[in-house]
Amino acid sequence: MDTSVKTKAERRRKWTTAMLLAPATLWYAVLLLLPLVTIVIFSFGERGPAGGYIPAFTFDNYLNLPTRSKAFFNTMTLAPLGTLACLLIAYPLAYYLAIVANKKYKTLLLVLVIVPFWTSLLVRTYAWIFILGGQGLPKLLAFIGFEGVRMINTPGAVLIGIIYIYLPLMVFPIYVSLEKLDTRLLEASSDLGASPLRTFFQVTLPLSIPGLATGSMMVFILLMGEFIIPQMLGGGKVYFIGNALVDVFLQSRNWPFGAAFAVSLVLIMLVTITVYMRYMSKLAGGRDDVSVM
Amino acid sequence: MKIYAIFVYAFLYLPIALVIFFSFNAGNYALDFQGFSTRWYAKALTNPFIMDALWFSVKVAALSAVMSTVFGTMAALALQRLSGWKRTFYDALIYVSIMVPGIVIAIATLIALVTVFKFLNPFLEVLAPLFDGQAPKLSLGFVSLVAAHSLFTMSLVVVIVRARLSGMDRTLIEASEDLYASPFRTFVQVTLPQLMPGILAAFLLSFTFSFDDFIISFFVAGPNTTLPVYIFSSIRRGITPEVNVIGTVVLVGSLILLFSAQFLSTMGKGKKRSASKDDSDDS
Repeated sequence: MDTSVKTKAERRRKWTTAMLLAPATLWYAVLLLLPLVTIVIFSFGERGPAGGYIPAFTFDNYLNLPTRSKAFFNTMTLAPLGTLACLLIAYPLAYYLAIVANKKYKTLLLVLVIVPFWTSLLVRTYAWIFILGGQGLPKLLAFIGFEGVRMINTPGAVLIGIIYIYLPLMVFPIYVSLEKLDTRLLEASSDLGASPLRTFFQVTLPLSIPGLATGSMMVFILLMGEFIIPQMLGGGKVYFIGNALVDVFLQSRNWPFGAAFAVSLVLIMLVTITVYMRYMSKLAGGRDDVSVM
Repeated sequence: MKIYAIFVYAFLYLPIALVIFFSFNAGNYALDFQGFSTRWYAKALTNPFIMDALWFSVKVAALSAVMSTVFGTMAALALQRLSGWKRTFYDALIYVSIMVPGIVIAIATLIALVTVFKFLNPFLEVLAPLFDGQAPKLSLGFVSLVAAHSLFTMSLVVVIVRARLSGMDRTLIEASEDLYASPFRTFVQVTLPQLMPGILAAFLLSFTFSFDDFIISFFVAGPNTTLPVYIFSSIRRGITPEVNVIGTVVLVGSLILLFSAQFLSTMGKGKKRSASKDDSDDS
């Protein structure tokens, strides 16, 4: 009698769990697994005469990827560079907010960092077309004697856009990890005669690695698949894998080649992220609080 | 250090200030300031294309945020009961759906849905007599866009709500069970109130993501235009103060939304505090 009641309750619990998970399972199956499997299959196919897809099994699409190697090169250089630049600019600000700033204004200052992140990405990027375009900064520079400076549609413009858009995303996690830092440790370090520089490199920096790792991971992931910033500030000259992907897909209507692009982008991301996480967790001395999300 | 901070804040806000400033331009060209005027506001707000795009974006964002919040919270609650390979499997799905770039999701979803529709539509043709000869036809549009948006945001909701769940006080749930509350009642009266701030934050994040998304909408919305898609194409056509107007309006709108959410949540807290005070007065 007792056991049957127990199994009934257990069965009911299992049923509830399954029901709770059902919508999510359906979503993942139809909108994540099905599309991903489809592009893997398509990436081995052939382009139809008028675009689209013809079933086949060929590696040609993958072998043709080097014809667009510039997209891979740009992404693989500007994404890490952009992440590093964000990190270097965000760290002092996060440090200021967490340790130096007056407690009274702290919340306000923090909100001010996050607000741009809640506003339209397109409009914020577009503002830089404005600033870096012919009528913006270059005109100002010409006024003081530097003629013919071209800013828009250069790797530099894309880099500025990247820093501008992703800075808030980097500041926040670093701030959180610095905020948790016990300031008595800093006092102890200086009491023991360490210079401020040494305190920073031996106490503060190592303790903020979890935030640093989280922030750079998020920025790097988003940068690898970036489309809007290179599209608007690179003007077709400085393009990323994402831009090449859209181009192949819409302009040449070559679905299988586009699929091969997408699959290789995901593979590159998987590999770099795994390597990066290994490295970061080693750097943090096997601490397990280094997480991506 | 302070000077550095001021410099960074200037860097963050000057471009936004420029957009707002030039939205009041009377001239026809974005960067040629001809004097202060709200004429582009009048023009933008009576432009039916902009209004349709805005309304479509709001509908998509609201529905996808509601769906992803409900489904994501449900999934987060269920996942804490799972263990072993099932748990690993769902964790992997969540991880992959967050990590895979929007552009890949957009194109993969487009290819998959178009292929499935092409396969299914001839079958639906058979149903034509039931619908006065007009067979129902599957195509990209509102539904596919809402579904595609809510995939990514659902994973965000799971991550946020789960973090909240793991920081929750288990003893309250046990106490509720000991006091013979049904599981449902325990959920509604104990678990849900504790999860609420997380759920609200996740909802806002989902709404913003969907409202701001360009790339998935660009591919999956079919013939419809969302506001970001409209902004993108009008930037391509040439920069007019109209784009600045839309930017300013979106900016102010999202700020109002953000602050009202903040206000609501602090008000909720205040109410709870005063309620518990009343309780203690009674006793």
